[in-house]
Amino acid sequence: MLNKLSIKIVLLFLFLGVNNSHSASEKMELIEQNWPFNGVFGRFDKSSLQRGYLVYKEVCASCHGLKHVSYRDLTGIGLTKDEIKSIAGEYILMDGPNDEGEMFEREAKPSDKFVNPYENDNQARLANNGAYPPDLSLMVKARAGGADYLFSLLNGYKDFPEDFEASDGMYYNEYYPGKQIAMPSPIMDDIVEYNDGTDATHVQIARDVTSFLAWTAEPELEERKSLGVKTLFFLILLTIMLLGVKRKVWKDVN
Amino acid sequence: MDKIDSKNKKTVSSVDEDKRDFLFVTTAGLAIAGGGVTLWSMIDTMNPSKDVLALASTEVDLSPIEEGQSLTVMWRGKPIFIRHRTNEEIDDASGTDVTNLIHKATDESRVKNPKWLVVVGVCTHLGCVPLGQKIGDSKGDFNGWFCPCHGSHYDTSGRIRKGPAPLNLEVPPYEFVSDDIIRIG
Amino acid sequence: MKNNNENQEQKGVTGWIDKRLPIFTFMNHNLRDYPTPKNLNYFWNFGSLAGITLVIMIITGILLAMQYTANTDLAFESVERIMRDVNNGWLLRYIHMNGASMFFIIVFIHIFRGLYYGSYKYPREILWMLGVVILLLMMATAFMGYVLPWGQMSFWGATVITNLFSAFPIIGDYIVTFLWGGFSVDNPTLSRFFVLHYLLPFAIVGVVALHLVALHQFGSNNPTGVDVKSENDTIPFHPYYTVKDYFGLGVFLIVFAGLVFFAPNFLGHPDNYIPANPLQTPAHIVPEWYFLPFYAILRAVPDKLLGVLLMFAAVLVLFFLPWLDKHKVRSANFRPFYKQFYWLFAIDCIILGWVGAMPAEGIYVLIARIATAYYFSFFLIIMPLLSKFEKVSDHLPSSISSAVLSKKFDNSTKESYVK
Repeated sequence: MLNKLSIKIVLLFLFLGVNNSHSASEKMELIEQNWPFNGVFGRFDKSSLQRGYLVYKEVCASCHGLKHVSYRDLTGIGLTKDEIKSIAGEYILMDGPNDEGEMFEREAKPSDKFVNPYENDNQARLANNGAYPPDLSLMVKARAGGADYLFSLLNGYKDFPEDFEASDGMYYNEYYPGKQIAMPSPIMDDIVEYNDGTDATHVQIARDVTSFLAWTAEPELEERKSLGVKTLFFLILLTIMLLGVKRKVWKDVN
Repeated sequence: MDKIDSKNKKTVSSVDEDKRDFLFVTTAGLAIAGGGVTLWSMIDTMNPSKDVLALASTEVDLSPIEEGQSLTVMWRGKPIFIRHRTNEEIDDASGTDVTNLIHKATDESRVKNPKWLVVVGVCTHLGCVPLGQKIGDSKGDFNGWFCPCHGSHYDTSGRIRKGPAPLNLEVPPYEFVSDDIIRIG
Repeated sequence: MKNNNENQEQKGVTGWIDKRLPIFTFMNHNLRDYPTPKNLNYFWNFGSLAGITLVIMIITGILLAMQYTANTDLAFESVERIMRDVNNGWLLRYIHMNGASMFFIIVFIHIFRGLYYGSYKYPREILWMLGVVILLLMMATAFMGYVLPWGQMSFWGATVITNLFSAFPIIGDYIVTFLWGGFSVDNPTLSRFFVLHYLLPFAIVGVVALHLVALHQFGSNNPTGVDVKSENDTIPFHPYYTVKDYFGLGVFLIVFAGLVFFAPNFLGHPDNYIPANPLQTPAHIVPEWYFLPFYAILRAVPDKLLGVLLMFAAVLVLFFLPWLDKHKVRSANFRPFYKQFYWLFAIDCIILGWVGAMPAEGIYVLIARIATAYYFSFFLIIMPLLSKFEKVSDHLPSSISSAVLSKKFDNSTKESYVK
């Protein structure tokens, strides 16, 4: 009796609560994508990662850093050591002091981290009207919704609605909290030229760069999932055998 | 004889006991006091150290700030907004009808010298740092500060006038050391 | 016994050692022959599981500490280095991170097992209280561990929780400054949290040892709650319960591995992958899931000090359980009324956890208050009343063996009826 009553009370509260939360926050449903890296057997699509890297390099990198990733890590998206060396060589960074006690500039090496577009956060803020372009290394892990959120954001730019009180220098994006974002829509059709013949449409670019950033956030993903499958297989087998042993040992108890 | 003897013994031993008790208590007391002092000196290492305390209060020279300009200083890890208010701004702030404010406070209660407004530059909504310190910043609808995160507008007294923030910008403890120098903290 | 020891020396190295240091006799006595009630169900697996998880946490923790840097400028980066560059670093960290959650799941089940079967009653009061001490130490350790990666939730969680102490009058602010070692959560705070996070698990190991000593004094409780009456009621721990524990461990590791390999951040919060920023507060500050029920109790009370006191009381009340529930019967199986309230209490805790994750406004505050009221009335009103008025059930078996037999009998009659 009491049990049933209590369950009813609980359900009532759950219902009220869920209702309330719906009305309180009018969040947009994210555009869900069927990412190849989702699921138990998920793998990155290497060619998409390489295209995504190109987008990052030519579009995002002018404002956004990738400070937790090294050039050498790019082997993970399928680039060769030589390619990586020449990529790193395109960047200049400050090193030193040398024997004369001076700081000097040198070309980046594969062992270096991605060179930041700005020397420090304040410079980054100054160059962007006070809005700080966040580092993208962990962006996919650091937002609820992950890759879907990022993809939605890149496709979520619209004109300001009539009744919206817009601030100067802000852009309207349905998926951004507060709906005003300081970053203008970064991509458009053909903003980059893919050398593998893929059509550089807005959606394709958004998909590729999101994949690339999913990789920078979780470069261990493929290793993790394949090791996970093996581990689970081993554990399930072992546990079944342990159950057999247990049954055998317990057979004669009463 | 027996009786006297036992009596004597008793008195002797009881005197002895008193002496011993006193010695025990004082020795134990001294040891505990020593232990306590040592223990405290150990615990005290966890209190703020000298370098941390050195930043607990900060003195700011106001003389280089022209009328209408602002300065941001860091105090205990938080930005402090100092604004040299123009007469117009002062009139604006003190002339506001307090009864209609979200968080009711007169301008007089928020300043020591009406020319200078000193507030903690952390939005009381979710802790973002409002804009309005630099020339060219959006100062919001009330010519004070504007929080870009969720659109809270503060007036020239740092009071919340519009937007989601529940409270006025906090006034830190400070005092005028001289006409041109304040000490915050 | 003593004479035996002196006279007999077993052959071999172990015998030689055992005569001088009787560790083998001790192990034999406590892990092999140790008489254990033969009717323990799978809920009795969670004690040993908790012990194994503690060992997993300590091993992964020590290895992580070799790579981690407890400095506000470097902490976040050093964790990312572990994730990206250290061999199997991601595995190490995900095991440690999710291991904390698993540890709490196991310990919560272990506690609810004890609550259901009355394991806290005479003569196991101290055993129970030592368990509560372990829970408290675990909470402190977990809280400080969560600060170490120095993400946004680390920083703001630490700020919010340490600020709770400012609710105490007069000395409050002083305590908070003392805890921080400064005027905000900063480098001194991080480094002392790291040191204590490393130290406390070993304190837990110590209390666990006492917990086991107390357990072996009277042996395990059992689902009937009836005391062991004769040798018929027990079986040796090895091999019966060792294999049962191994099997349970296998099932546990499957769940654990599923989380670590396929949803390592499921129980975490995305904001903790944003480096700590004292100038920007996250939109919702939420503690880890295992603190949510207590967080809900804290926020259910409008007065800050009272809220803080109630939150601590929610754990501390467990210490008094043996004296709040003085009903003669241990197992809820033979206490129909207690059983109802028990399940209601379990649901209540889940509601508290859920409401703790919601913003403290509107309907949630009301739910939190009702749930908090039930939480405390379960212990302080219902338990004492039931111990006075609840009748002893007629079905209470006279011994463990008779309970096991009658159950068998029941089953066989049922089967024949179906046929």
